[in-house]
Amino acid sequence: METECRTKINSSDEGLMHPGHVACPGCGAAIAMKLALNALGPKTMVVIPACCWGIIAGAYPQSSLGVPLLQTAFATAGAAASGLRAALDANGDFQTTVMAWAGDGGTFDIGLQSLSGAVERNEDFIYVCYDNEAYMNTGVQRSSATPYGTRTTTTPGEGWKRSGKKNIMDIMAAHRIPYAATASIAFPHDLVRKFKKAAAMRGGTRFIHLFASCPTGWGIPSESSVSIARLAVQTNSFPLYEIENGVQYILNYKGDLPVERYLKRQGRFKHLLSPDIKSIQKQVDGDWQVLAGRVNQVNLLEQPAFAREGE
Amino acid sequence: MKKVVEGSHAVSEAVRLARVQVISAYPITPQTHIVEALSDYCADGSLDARFICVESEHSAMAAVIGASSGGARTFTATSGQGLAYMHELLHWASGARLPIVMAEVNRALAPGWNIWADQTDSLSQRDTGWIQIYCEDAQEALDTTLMAFRLAEKVNLPVMVILDAFLLSHTFEPVDIPAAKGVDDFLPPFMPQIKLDTSNPYALGQMVGPSAYMEMRHNIQAAMACVPDVLDSIEDNYQQMFLRRYGAVEAIACEDADVVLAVSGSMAGTCRQIIEDLRNAGTKVGMLKVRMFRPFPGDAVRKILQGVPKVAVVDRNCSLGAGGIFAQEIRSELCNLEKRPEVYSYIAGLGGRDVSLNTLEGICRQTLESDAPSHGSVWVL
Repeated sequence: METECRTKINSSDEGLMHPGHVACPGCGAAIAMKLALNALGPKTMVVIPACCWGIIAGAYPQSSLGVPLLQTAFATAGAAASGLRAALDANGDFQTTVMAWAGDGGTFDIGLQSLSGAVERNEDFIYVCYDNEAYMNTGVQRSSATPYGTRTTTTPGEGWKRSGKKNIMDIMAAHRIPYAATASIAFPHDLVRKFKKAAAMRGGTRFIHLFASCPTGWGIPSESSVSIARLAVQTNSFPLYEIENGVQYILNYKGDLPVERYLKRQGRFKHLLSPDIKSIQKQVDGDWQVLAGRVNQVNLLEQPAFAREGE
Repeated sequence: MKKVVEGSHAVSEAVRLARVQVISAYPITPQTHIVEALSDYCADGSLDARFICVESEHSAMAAVIGASSGGARTFTATSGQGLAYMHELLHWASGARLPIVMAEVNRALAPGWNIWADQTDSLSQRDTGWIQIYCEDAQEALDTTLMAFRLAEKVNLPVMVILDAFLLSHTFEPVDIPAAKGVDDFLPPFMPQIKLDTSNPYALGQMVGPSAYMEMRHNIQAAMACVPDVLDSIEDNYQQMFLRRYGAVEAIACEDADVVLAVSGSMAGTCRQIIEDLRNAGTKVGMLKVRMFRPFPGDAVRKILQGVPKVAVVDRNCSLGAGGIFAQEIRSELCNLEKRPEVYSYIAGLGGRDVSLNTLEGICRQTLESDAPSHGSVWVL
């Protein structure tokens, strides 16, 4: 029996993202953009490389966003956003926020070079990777953000993905950027807090790794995108934390549910056998130990009064 | 003010005078001197521009695409492999109708790993929707760079200003550098037609279906068609102010020529000398310098060549499996003329091999002595 969960968010239907966009029902990336733009406000420009959001905003001659949108080539989010920031500065506009908004493919894989280049320069923008853990726009092919154990169209059948998920937060920390944070559509207050915190930290790179469920690609019902995202955090599969200057780790949530509760709800993992799940639990626990060892500060989310999944 | 500068610095002086606002830079021999000089100007304050040290040429083009979309006058420079690396984004820049100016130093493509003069790199990009202008000397490189900004911003297409590796980029020549006040009159501040603005939000670069894509491409072609007249009027203004103009093509002694040598780039300088020498020795030879390659100046070429019996095209490039690229383009522009010259195609100077007075004289003689052109290009090894 599905338990009811309600979280109150003051997010009006008016705002900078209009109805009529073309995302799949339940799309986590659509939920994420709405929350992000409402946090940042109208003096924002969004740079989007090839990804689902390249389509979601709509086709010419319409756009569902109420802010300027620059679509760019797949590998170029970091570089194009750098150029846009430079132009705004050159023209004396220091108020407008530049936000690069890229999928996991355009961040972890093909976009990694230009991202690394931009953040090494400490470019003054917010880079958001909304992570649905595969190349979803092209039909669910694996990326380096696809977790161990996942079936995709390029890791099908018995060839399910044996390599682990690349740790993009470690990579960003290694660049010693002022601020990096993970965020989840299932924790909207925390997400909004982090966007507002990022927006206030002008002058350098702020990176947000945003967990965005994909009903289409994960084999989950479209109404479950938020509850699945919640389970990812509650099982420590996607921990919520912040890193300041690459070295100060702030923990936002301590999960305590077994990973099986997260995996068994999703079609993309349904082939996994008990030994595989044990192996995944071990990996998750191991990664959690490493993270816990780095934590300097614990700033746990105010736990909203929602029931936990499956209870 | 006259100064002895190398070709690459003639370009960077022009970029400084043009008051470029955003520069992206990635090093590759032999364009690096251009961006190094610009870096100096930004550091010492003589150029008020944002200088982005990107991590690849692909990102160099991506950065100026971002900056130009934001409404800034932009510039970058590359060569050879670097140009090849940004190929995808060359299409993007023109498709996005952005008035980006880029200096491109013609360098051979690897392997073999060769850094010397060869035009195959820029000519490989001939389908990307960029205006292409091939410069003969340092003065022309400076003047063309200044004109390029005005041209790009008028037609909303990106412009490639092209120089031969080392022969032009690293050769020192006396150059007249215009005064800043004059350049400011010639090239006012950038008034972008495309500029992202939060007070008027719109999207750039979205999905476009079959029902509209073709019209967008047709618009680019229409813009290209305007270029000859626009360049002409820009050169009218430039000549008034700075006493120099170059044209899309330049013809020397073609009217009664038995053979016309068609050349481009630094080779044109050598060619002027051989025309003089051969004419003095009694040979009726002429020269056609093709300066603008895209859009291809078909009308001008037809006008100059139609009465000429033979044209010998000297290509410092090759479309492998076909032949010299300037020859292909000239041949196709002439093919519908009732009375048209025989087109002799020569490939010379690849990978920086010298194209000397002797080389050109040999080509001239061989053309005059041949009954008919061979089907492919003749390689001058």
